[in-house]
Amino acid sequence: MRRRRPHHHRPFCHCPFHHEIRGRYARACIVFTLVLFAACGGPVENNDSVGGLVGGVAGTELAERQVLHKGIGAEPQTLDPHRAEGVPSANILRDLFEGLVSEAPNGTLIPGAAQRWTISPDGKTYTFFLREDGRWSNGDPVTAADFVYGLRRSVDPNTLSQYSSILYPIENAEAIVLGQLPPDKLGVSAPDSLTFVIRLHAPAPYLLGLLTHSTAYPVHAPTVELHGRRFVRPGNLVSNGAYRLDEWVVQSRMKLVRNEKYRDDANTTIDVVYLYPIENADAELKRYRASELDITEGIPYQQLTWIRAHLGDEFRVSPYLGSYYFGLNVTRPPFKDSPKLRQALAMAIDRDIITMRITGAGEIAAYGWVPPVANYQGQQPEWAQWTQERRNEEARRLYREAGYSTSKPLEVEIMYNTSENHKRVSIAIASMWKQVLGVKARLANQEWKVFLETRKRKEKTEVFRDGWIGDYNDAFSFAQLMHSANELNGSGWVNPAYDALVDAATLESDMLKRAALMQEAERLLLADMPIIPIYFYVSKHLVKPWVGGYQSNIMDHHYSKNFYILKH
Amino acid sequence: MLNFAIRRFLGAIPTLLILIGLAFILIRLAPGGPFDAEKQLSPEIEANLRLAYHLDEPLYRQFGRYLGNLLRGDFGPSFQYRDFSVTELIRSGFPVSLRLGGLAMLLGLVVGIFAGSIAALRQNTLTDYAVMTASMTGISIPNFVMAPVLILLFAVHLNWLPAGGLGDGDFRHLVLPIIVLALPQIAYIARLTRGSMIEVLRSDYIRTARAQGLPERTIIIRHALKPALLPVVSYLGPATAAVITGSVVIEQIFGLPGLGRYFVQGALNRDYTLVMGVVVFYGILIISFNFIVDVVYGYLDPRQKR
Repeated sequence: MRRRRPHHHRPFCHCPFHHEIRGRYARACIVFTLVLFAACGGPVENNDSVGGLVGGVAGTELAERQVLHKGIGAEPQTLDPHRAEGVPSANILRDLFEGLVSEAPNGTLIPGAAQRWTISPDGKTYTFFLREDGRWSNGDPVTAADFVYGLRRSVDPNTLSQYSSILYPIENAEAIVLGQLPPDKLGVSAPDSLTFVIRLHAPAPYLLGLLTHSTAYPVHAPTVELHGRRFVRPGNLVSNGAYRLDEWVVQSRMKLVRNEKYRDDANTTIDVVYLYPIENADAELKRYRASELDITEGIPYQQLTWIRAHLGDEFRVSPYLGSYYFGLNVTRPPFKDSPKLRQALAMAIDRDIITMRITGAGEIAAYGWVPPVANYQGQQPEWAQWTQERRNEEARRLYREAGYSTSKPLEVEIMYNTSENHKRVSIAIASMWKQVLGVKARLANQEWKVFLETRKRKEKTEVFRDGWIGDYNDAFSFAQLMHSANELNGSGWVNPAYDALVDAATLESDMLKRAALMQEAERLLLADMPIIPIYFYVSKHLVKPWVGGYQSNIMDHHYSKNFYILKH
Repeated sequence: MLNFAIRRFLGAIPTLLILIGLAFILIRLAPGGPFDAEKQLSPEIEANLRLAYHLDEPLYRQFGRYLGNLLRGDFGPSFQYRDFSVTELIRSGFPVSLRLGGLAMLLGLVVGIFAGSIAALRQNTLTDYAVMTASMTGISIPNFVMAPVLILLFAVHLNWLPAGGLGDGDFRHLVLPIIVLALPQIAYIARLTRGSMIEVLRSDYIRTARAQGLPERTIIIRHALKPALLPVVSYLGPATAAVITGSVVIEQIFGLPGLGRYFVQGALNRDYTLVMGVVVFYGILIISFNFIVDVVYGYLDPRQKR
């Protein structure tokens, strides 16, 4: 029998464990910690460079490893260019594919897969002359037939493209999408392997911009025929852009590597692009701060002040082709048949306070509907030039004329999709309406998908938050939204005169006359005020100082082949 | 034992069927559908989509079709991640969640039992108070607070660990997520172990063992530990559930491509098949795990053996 150890004065301490546990415990802790740090290794790897290549712009040194890490916001729904929709997909596809027309870093349209094009005098026939050195990533030449195949596939109802309506200007496109004609009746043809012709049923001056959209990209026909839906997988995907797809781990990251066969590969500096779908803006910011990302997709709103103070130079803000507005449901009271009330509410909002104090990233106060687009003079109501006091006074007058007063105030509901930012804007506007007019506003928010449906139904909405990002750099992208035939017209506004002006603009080939028609339409819209413009969007990104070649543009389109990494 | 196993297995099937049925109905009841987007579809295109995904069929037919595919191991195509099938997504997401959750549970058990035992053996000393205070903190601070704090400290300022993502799959990317996930478990298990260990150490058979002069180490390990762990084993069921649900938040914050994240994104996007697939998968997992817990319980407590 083993003898017990001597008695200690502490309870339960006649455990011989006393010394052994302490030793054991400590040892276990040490071992555990060691294992932890062994697994950790050293500091996190980042874009370190060893030595550098002298070259690039103005003699600045390039980093030895040309690798870019970029946040893309959300996982793309698909990499099939003809079925893709949403910003994440579009941004990735821009690096993988090249359409007939491409964009310069500042946003202007430049030749892409086509080196030049001609437009017929009536504006309905476009002839594209493809480059001879265009190549797919497997070495096959890029031919006009690829574009014929691509566009036909886009409009083919079996492809289930959700964005094919963007191609409706092309002859027979709409009929094909609706299943009334077979895809080979589409108004596109390839007279020879390097000539591609598009026929429109009416002139569409924005067609060139439209052709930069992924719906108009070519695809490698043999790959699609062989693999079907799986043609987008890494290993299968054949692309004609500056990069090809090497790796795709859903919800984790994508890896694009240089496409050596690309026609302009000599001018591509970045070898590898890693793309990260990080939905949470806070998480994205942290990874950016840890230098795991070079470019972020956005910023967390709540940290705007901190970012301005600490990352000021890296914070890139630039006008973005989008409009943030409050829609008014004019199909039911209180906004049905009450233009004076609508005007009053529009005037009583101090947009400077909203853009400077509430959103604060540099958004532009909006008094008109169409944001600053190319070749167009945005319209504004007369009261845009007034002081806010004068606007408030006029608003009160109109409010009274509409039949409301302090004893009989307007009671209205503002609905928005759940988001901290929308909540703050809605609260601000509700309080402005209260102070100036005495309006009693209720706030309601719904989850995104629910909100979309509520807004579409128009049964319950009164004031609702809305936003529109232009698909292409042309006023028509905005003008057509308020057309009565457009289902996205959440306010339900129907104005035959407006419709007529917009329809006339689609048929007008003279650019100046066309702009004038759309401007008149915009004036009509603002006189009736079925929607209240609040601000024009800005794009917000964080970009590390060692990323060169980054230029902001109004479409917020960026091509990784234009970037380079500086030694840092 | 075999009888027991068979009975449990047969009982699990109706549970699973009810689970699938409920999930099926609930996700379709939610307003909004998988194809609702800001840029609306023309009715014809939407009709085509619904046809292709069989959403135009009556509900019972859709359910039957789903069950039939399920028996063949086909969870269907994802509505949101349109280039992948749900089976592929689960197959890539599950190992991540398993590693995360499993290692977190393991860490929780090892450190928790250790800390709890030490606290029990040094009851009412400084060590005991320290362990209990730490565990109270661990339970009180939610993981979505702990995670960003740790990220800021270890990833942003000290640069010792990555701030998120899976990287090339190396272990470094899992260290912080595992720690954050494990902390509440460590805390809770420590408290449980301490309480039940104290209880056990007072019992008669331990006094007998001591009276017989057995070495203290043998007493603790061979006689006290097993019965002291019974409450911990019972807790394992809800613990696993907590770890699984907790991992949803962790995966979101750290950007890990696990099942929890698919679950959340699937619900938000109304991705019917993905949500159903994850529900079925988790259901099978939890049912199996409870079964294992029952078996382990039987082993640990000879009085309970059937």
